[in-house]
Amino acid sequence: MHRRAIAALPALAIVLAACSGGASPSPAPQATGPAATPAATVAAAAPTVGPGEGSLNLIIWAGYAEDGTAVPEYDWVHPFELATGCKVSSKPAGTSDEMVTLMRQGGGSVYDGVSASGDATLRLIGAGDVAAIDPSIFPDFANVASFLQNAPHYVVDGKHYGVPHGWGGNSLMYRTDVVNPAPTSWDVVFDPTKSAPYVGKITDYDSPIYIADAALYLKASRPDLGITDPYELTQPQFDAAVALLTAQRPNVGDYWSDYAKEIDNFTSKAVVVGTTWPYQVNTLLGANVPVKSIVPTEGMTGWADTWMMSAHAAHPNCMLKWMGWMLTPQAQSMVAESFGESPANPKACDLLDKGVGPYKLASFCTAYHVNDSAYYSTIAFWKTPLANCGDSRGTTCVDYSQWSQKWTQIKG
Amino acid sequence: MTTSPTALVPKSAAPASLGRRVLSALYVRKRLQLALLLAAPTGWFVVLYLGSLAVLLVTAFWFLDPTTSSIVRSLTLQNFVTLISEPVYRTIALRTVTIAAVVTITDAAIAFPIAYYMARVAAPRPRSILFMLVLLPLWSSYLVRVYAWRVILSPGGLLDWFFTTIGLPGLSPGFSDASMWLVFSYLWLPYMILPIYAGLERIPQSLFEASADLGGRGWMTFRRIVVPLVLPALAAGSIFTFSLTLGDYITPKLVSNTQFIGNVIYDSQGVSNNVPFAAAFAVVPIAIMAAYLLLARRLGAFDAL
Amino acid sequence: MGRLGLRIATAAGFAFLYIPIVVIVLYAFNAQRVQAWPIQQYSTEWFAAAFESPSVRAAFALSVEIGLGATFVALVLGSAAAFAVQRYRFFGRETISFALVLPIALPGIVTGMALNSTINAAGIGFTIFTIIVGHATFCIVVVYNNVIARLRRSSRSIEEASMDLGADPWQTFRYITFPVIRTALVAGGLLAFALSFDEIIVTTFTAGTQETLPIWIFSHLRLPNQRPIVNVVAVFLIVLSAAPVYLASRLSGSTGVGGSRT
Repeated sequence: MHRRAIAALPALAIVLAACSGGASPSPAPQATGPAATPAATVAAAAPTVGPGEGSLNLIIWAGYAEDGTAVPEYDWVHPFELATGCKVSSKPAGTSDEMVTLMRQGGGSVYDGVSASGDATLRLIGAGDVAAIDPSIFPDFANVASFLQNAPHYVVDGKHYGVPHGWGGNSLMYRTDVVNPAPTSWDVVFDPTKSAPYVGKITDYDSPIYIADAALYLKASRPDLGITDPYELTQPQFDAAVALLTAQRPNVGDYWSDYAKEIDNFTSKAVVVGTTWPYQVNTLLGANVPVKSIVPTEGMTGWADTWMMSAHAAHPNCMLKWMGWMLTPQAQSMVAESFGESPANPKACDLLDKGVGPYKLASFCTAYHVNDSAYYSTIAFWKTPLANCGDSRGTTCVDYSQWSQKWTQIKG
Repeated sequence: MTTSPTALVPKSAAPASLGRRVLSALYVRKRLQLALLLAAPTGWFVVLYLGSLAVLLVTAFWFLDPTTSSIVRSLTLQNFVTLISEPVYRTIALRTVTIAAVVTITDAAIAFPIAYYMARVAAPRPRSILFMLVLLPLWSSYLVRVYAWRVILSPGGLLDWFFTTIGLPGLSPGFSDASMWLVFSYLWLPYMILPIYAGLERIPQSLFEASADLGGRGWMTFRRIVVPLVLPALAAGSIFTFSLTLGDYITPKLVSNTQFIGNVIYDSQGVSNNVPFAAAFAVVPIAIMAAYLLLARRLGAFDAL
Repeated sequence: MGRLGLRIATAAGFAFLYIPIVVIVLYAFNAQRVQAWPIQQYSTEWFAAAFESPSVRAAFALSVEIGLGATFVALVLGSAAAFAVQRYRFFGRETISFALVLPIALPGIVTGMALNSTINAAGIGFTIFTIIVGHATFCIVVVYNNVIARLRRSSRSIEEASMDLGADPWQTFRYITFPVIRTALVAGGLLAFALSFDEIIVTTFTAGTQETLPIWIFSHLRLPNQRPIVNVVAVFLIVLSAAPVYLASRLSGSTGVGGSRT
């Protein structure tokens, strides 16, 4: 008898835990600021869309669907859930390739939407994985920056396959207490002489698309190769970029695709210089780690992200409502400040200048060139390398499957 | 058992229920019993598991069309040609197998004293506690433990700090093969301790006494009696350490900057959606483990799992 | 012999086993979000955050649900297979015991990819059931091993004696056979539950949007802001599992009928 009672205890504990876990989610934290946005804003964002289906499954870049658990002021999930009844569950992915694969799971019906960068969008559009939408149903779309409203990475044959979310670049970050003199060019990671003091402490982004960063560097340092577009490379140009990365390999300390890894590395000085996204810069600076992020003279690659809806979405109304909400200045301001990217909707600037949360920055919109189309055009945004060069060179360019294979070989 | 014999005597007055009649009939027909017992597990395994494996292996002979990014279902050997012709895949396979072997040997060395102490030296009460202590880390999330190792091994981390505090030069393996070896050895250690413990526990005490009577000293007893009897258990434990190292992609991604077999498979499948290529490379660990299992069975490991 | 050496080696081994656990417990109290060493400030704020987080509770509940489901399937199928292999001679007996080991001997990524391809090909969605199927596949062998080891050590003469005394097969099973394997079932079941609860690789391939606790931990470890909460969750798991694990170890120690150390 005694033994049976003891045996029941763990089972009881498990049952209790399961019972409490089955309760519905607690209401949003009582934060001041944007989390108190009334349901009206959400409703007004997509007025003509039908009732929500009750849930929404998204594939996101980590940090694109914040719910206040990290920083209470950055919560654009709970106001949406409360207003629409669409319970959001999000799956973070580390690379665009992962996103494409996830999007295709279950014939495209598992996930309703994705925050795709330009190197995934055209693949998804071309394979029919995403649905065309009519942007005029979102009143805020008219306010989107002019250079984004018909951008080729998500508008094909006049049809819009999503709505813009934000954009940013892959800048160069370095530890100010270790890297001397302060670098101004990508040669600090690519050139053997310049990178010699930091052998084993360099970091690269872990994705085949990083070959374009090498190509961007070669565009300036090896004009004889004649590289014009770092994503459309002829075989000799591609081989040169691969050779550069292979030569760099012994100097690389780590290849990162999750933020925590890069943040850890820079904090512990396992890595002291390399490519990064603004999220990591913000977090490190917030933790008082001495880093600085610059745009090198050769320029940088970058990403312009679009919210796209699956062509076989199980919850299309919820997805459309989400798209509308993400275009509003309230959501855009939270996104921009928390992640550190330029919002697609410059109307968010009014809120950003006042500051939203702990990562606020004076003159945010100027610093992030939110309405600066000239600056926008200097960034080499991610796009899928295709055999069709898109210019006079015809179909002689190297396509992405080769990029993937070579990337495995570069890393060794 | 606390049941009294009278409880076992059926009430012969009442006629047997349908259920009892069926069971009695079943008891006699041994073949039918066997068939019923085996039906569900075999069905599960053959259809679900082996069937899925077969599908995967067939996929290895298909290929991914680069222009449409979709899988073409016609048989071809091009994946295997790529695997053999590109040296990087050989390097990765060799690296993985080498580390798996080193990890297995390390774990056997660390696990043996622990298992021996628990099985033959400790009193029953402390033994249960030690057994619990061996199992407990398995409950604290594999991922969190690997991240904890990153803290320990990074520059300025626990290991580095410990060495500098005691006056030695700092040591931070960071992203090296040494880190991989350490972390893998750590992760799979309980899986090696358990079978060895079970194996050692099964050795009858009388064998030790007999060996002592016949004049064998401690080391002789160990070499002639213990080792042969515990070899199956070692083989069983090594199945776990070897196979877990062979297929892991999470730990290499977190603690190393080199690629292992698991990384290539995972990246091909998840990242570039090249399932045929991933399946082709998956043939490598499958073949290695199949060979390993046959060898382990020879050594009696299957009785010691 | 080297009695002292043995004790030192054992202690060193256990220390090796527990250093990262100590690190995890320390970091559960780390005030900062970034995981640097040494820890500058201590704080208990993450415990509150973890308990309040609805996604942690949901993930925990889901993992428990899946664990129970997989364990149940494993108990039924594993013991059935163990009885079949131990008690009967039949064609293919060796093959079955070989095949049963495969899910745990082949790397998880192979099992995961195989099941994933099948699920996609069959056109069925990724649900909690696909996850349970994936987990049960390797849980079966754990139960099978425990039960068959117990059956080997017990003799059938007691069952025959019971029949001679007039019990029918069901009574024999209930009063004689079942108590013999009961502790093996519990030990096997607990180990199967543990394997399922902490499983990440096969789960990644068989889950859709379901978030088990390991998947939750994985996605939150990648976000540095969430790391302290994850450490708290890990500590909670260790504390929670201490009792059942101790129970399992006590049960595994007891011998079956007819088996002994002498």
